[in-house]
Amino acid sequence: MAATQVVRSEWTKIRSVASTVWTLSLAAVVTIALGMLISLLSKNEFDTMSRQDRLSFDPTFISFAGMSLGQLAMIVFGVLVVSNEYSTGMIRTSLAAVPQRGTFLFSKIAVATGLAFVVALATSFVAFFLGQAMLGSHRASIGDPGVLRAVIGGGLYMTLIAVFSMGVATMLRSPMLSLGILMPFFFLISAILGNVDATKKIGRYLPDQAGNKIMQVVTPVDDDTPYGPWGGLGIMVLWVVVAVAGGYALLKKRDA
Amino acid sequence: MIELEGLTKRYGEKMAVNHLTFAVRPGIVTGFLGPNGAGKSTTMRMMLGLDRPTAGDVRIDGQHYDRLKDPLKYIGALLDAKGMHGGRSAFNHLLCLAQSNGIPRSRVHEVLDTVGLTAVARKKAKGFSLGMGQRLGIAGALLGDPRILMFDEPVNGLDPEGIHWIRNLMKSLAAQGRTVFVSSHLMSEMALTADHLVVIGQGRLLADTSMADFIQRNSRSYVRIRSPQRERLLDVLYGAGITVVETDGGTLEVDGGKPERIGELAAQHQIVLHELSPQQASLEEAFMRLTAESVEYHAHADPSLADPSLAGTPSPSAPPPPSGGQGRQAWGSDWKKG
Amino acid sequence: MIEAVGLTKRYGDKTAVYNLSFQVRPGSVTGFLGPNGSGKSTTMRMILGLDNPSAGQVTIGGYPYRKLPNAPRQVGALLDAKAVHGGRHARNHLLCLAQLSGIPARRVDEVLGVVGLQDVARKRSKGFSLGMGQRLGIAAALLGDPQVLLFDEPVNGLDPEGILWVRNLMKSLAAEGRTVFVSSHLMSEMALTADHLIVIGRGQMLADMSIGDFISHNSADFARVRTPDTDPQQREKLTAALTEAGGQVLPEQDGALRVTGLPLPRISDLAHGADVRLWELSPHQASLEEAYMRMTQGAVDYRSTIDQRAGLQQELQPGMMPPQQMPVPGQGQPGWYAPPPPQQGGQPFAMPQGQPPAGPYGAPAAPGGGEPNPYAQAAPARPSAAPELTKPEDAR
Repeated sequence: MAATQVVRSEWTKIRSVASTVWTLSLAAVVTIALGMLISLLSKNEFDTMSRQDRLSFDPTFISFAGMSLGQLAMIVFGVLVVSNEYSTGMIRTSLAAVPQRGTFLFSKIAVATGLAFVVALATSFVAFFLGQAMLGSHRASIGDPGVLRAVIGGGLYMTLIAVFSMGVATMLRSPMLSLGILMPFFFLISAILGNVDATKKIGRYLPDQAGNKIMQVVTPVDDDTPYGPWGGLGIMVLWVVVAVAGGYALLKKRDA
Repeated sequence: MIELEGLTKRYGEKMAVNHLTFAVRPGIVTGFLGPNGAGKSTTMRMMLGLDRPTAGDVRIDGQHYDRLKDPLKYIGALLDAKGMHGGRSAFNHLLCLAQSNGIPRSRVHEVLDTVGLTAVARKKAKGFSLGMGQRLGIAGALLGDPRILMFDEPVNGLDPEGIHWIRNLMKSLAAQGRTVFVSSHLMSEMALTADHLVVIGQGRLLADTSMADFIQRNSRSYVRIRSPQRERLLDVLYGAGITVVETDGGTLEVDGGKPERIGELAAQHQIVLHELSPQQASLEEAFMRLTAESVEYHAHADPSLADPSLAGTPSPSAPPPPSGGQGRQAWGSDWKKG
Repeated sequence: MIEAVGLTKRYGDKTAVYNLSFQVRPGSVTGFLGPNGSGKSTTMRMILGLDNPSAGQVTIGGYPYRKLPNAPRQVGALLDAKAVHGGRHARNHLLCLAQLSGIPARRVDEVLGVVGLQDVARKRSKGFSLGMGQRLGIAAALLGDPQVLLFDEPVNGLDPEGILWVRNLMKSLAAEGRTVFVSSHLMSEMALTADHLIVIGRGQMLADMSIGDFISHNSADFARVRTPDTDPQQREKLTAALTEAGGQVLPEQDGALRVTGLPLPRISDLAHGADVRLWELSPHQASLEEAYMRMTQGAVDYRSTIDQRAGLQQELQPGMMPPQQMPVPGQGQPGWYAPPPPQQGGQPFAMPQGQPPAGPYGAPAAPGGGEPNPYAQAAPARPSAAPELTKPEDAR
């Protein structure tokens, strides 16, 4: 069985369901719109900020503020791509057509990842330019050192969130269970762990917090994070690899 | 050709499938029967590599399922009509299956036409009725023009025209030399479709035999005779040592008799026969006798309803008269009065 | 007693049910037949007051369902096995229903016993198989010990034991004098269960008569005759004698003859006159399915056609038939219909091997016009296949 056949088939699958369109467009719209709003608010508040805050002011990072919410739609996309197969019963049809489960899973993840990356990268660029437009005189330029890396990194970050969700959904199968674990994890638990001093050191090794680092251009004044932007992304990649490998191991072993 | 060799599946303590060995041969329709919970679905899933056997082996044309290159070209299966994403159109559902096995797009149009869904090809599957979903599933099975076809309850939800169509489809697929393996609970349907039967109960093989043998071995067969010269015929039969039962309608019944012999006897003695018909019990009756032991959810109200021996009422042409009125009357009449 | 008078239902432009008038009488099982999309479900829903008729009315015991005093105790229905809250225990599901209509809890355990679900009464119905869901639905229908029972596809998902049970249950309910109204697509099942039939097609009444009448109105009975295998001349002699006497004789695959147009005693006499010994002389009634198919032609929604398989050129193993067009009979063109198999498990009627394709079934009077006949060279194993394809205009 040629993997290209399976990839083509997975592309047909992904483009022929409505959830693909609405999850990805929601991710883009939310990320961009919220980023613009927060950029606008930040510009208006800049003058009242403390000196320290002004020194840490990171116009690039601020324009990506919408991602905290936009990534949730990415999670839904990643979860649905995989768990739709289970919740609809399509999985049996799919595995009967492609009994090589590794080929099946990795083709599916490759197609979904590719699509997510295109959307995420475009979102990241649009969010950056529109966010900078809102920031007026405080804006950063794409040519400034580290900015291009941050913008591309923003796309990578959102893509990896989606892939991580795919891995988790492969392990859990149920869309409800997967979303019920991932959504609060990324929206609440990670944020709480990262903001409480006692748990901060652990919290920053979580996938989203480590991955976030790639979007920072200005390092906060009191930052003591032991890894840089690429180091952070590397940590996130490790998480993703573990999730996908776990999903593959389970899929390989279990009855469909 | 599908070959099973000691196929076993255990879920914890429970043996769902217990050491099944049989082969499904090409050129005929093989029916796969068993009560609910007998392990039919598990067996079919193991054939398709969806479930892993605890022990034993299944081979499709001599190969393991997951070794098949483009499996849809070897074996097409309808497992359940729900095996599709409701948000996808019928066409796209088939297209993604076709692409995964390198089957040309034009074939998708063909199978849609074959099952009669061309008009709704672009509609989402979730708006489909059970029968339409079933047709889409059948289209999926035919997609790769495979030599082996497997259908689990294919007539579910189909209307009489559809039932008739799928029955003839299966027969013609077999007549082309393909292997056709069908599970169903509808004995009357099976009797019309299958040539060979594999029967399992509680995960074990109960029978692997031709349809005719199966019925003959598991039920009563007799010859029904009517004649204007009844008394003379009785004498002749008695003289030949044949035991005859007289029934109310004036017909005679000879248990296990051969119509040829009776016909010859009547001709010898110049007796006119108005009927000489071999009667066989239905497949349903034969099946009930065989599997009476291995049924999981027994319904019972009054014995006349649930007693499997009622299934043993002979003569398919004269269904048993409804019985058990009194037992039923008792239901609820007590509380209704109060 | 269910009584419909001029019952009509329109959805926008489409008329789902048009001017249906019928009575479903107590004491017998009335079968309700029709192709998919013929309006059966709509009619059932109007009987139960779930849909409002656009015109006409339907009453149960003289009242429209919604005005029926204590309806759950008068009417029990199984419409859709999936209409159960999946997270609820089977017993609680029934208990809710019982409490709504003032039926004591004791009755719940009774009906659970009746349908054989007492062991799984405390399990959530989510984990139920289709057959178990169906049993639960039947339990709910029986709950109020009603006089009128409606079942829509009651044997769906049941195993053979369950099918037999449902069949006997319906018969015994009718024998107690209840009104039993059953819709089903399974003709063979209906033939065993129903006494009376109501058949609709495209929303209109096609037949309302007893099952025996229905079959004899819509098909022909025949006799199966076998002569000694050892003496082929006898067969020819008999064929000649029967044909001369005005009977139609068709050979069957196993060497027997299928005779229509002559009563059994007459065949016997003719055989006697021709000095032919008989090895079999059995009366056969056409199947309900055949009768039904003849009646409902042209009232079918999703038509199937033959498989062209043009896109696939797969090499077949030696010994397999070349990939010719697959004959798929099933499109009820008038006259194509081969009589039903003579016995359980029998082969469908087929011409003897080697029959030239220009035989009576090889060259049909194609009502579809000048289409080439795909069966002229059809696989010899299936020469009885449908001579005519679906007319495209029939597929909607």
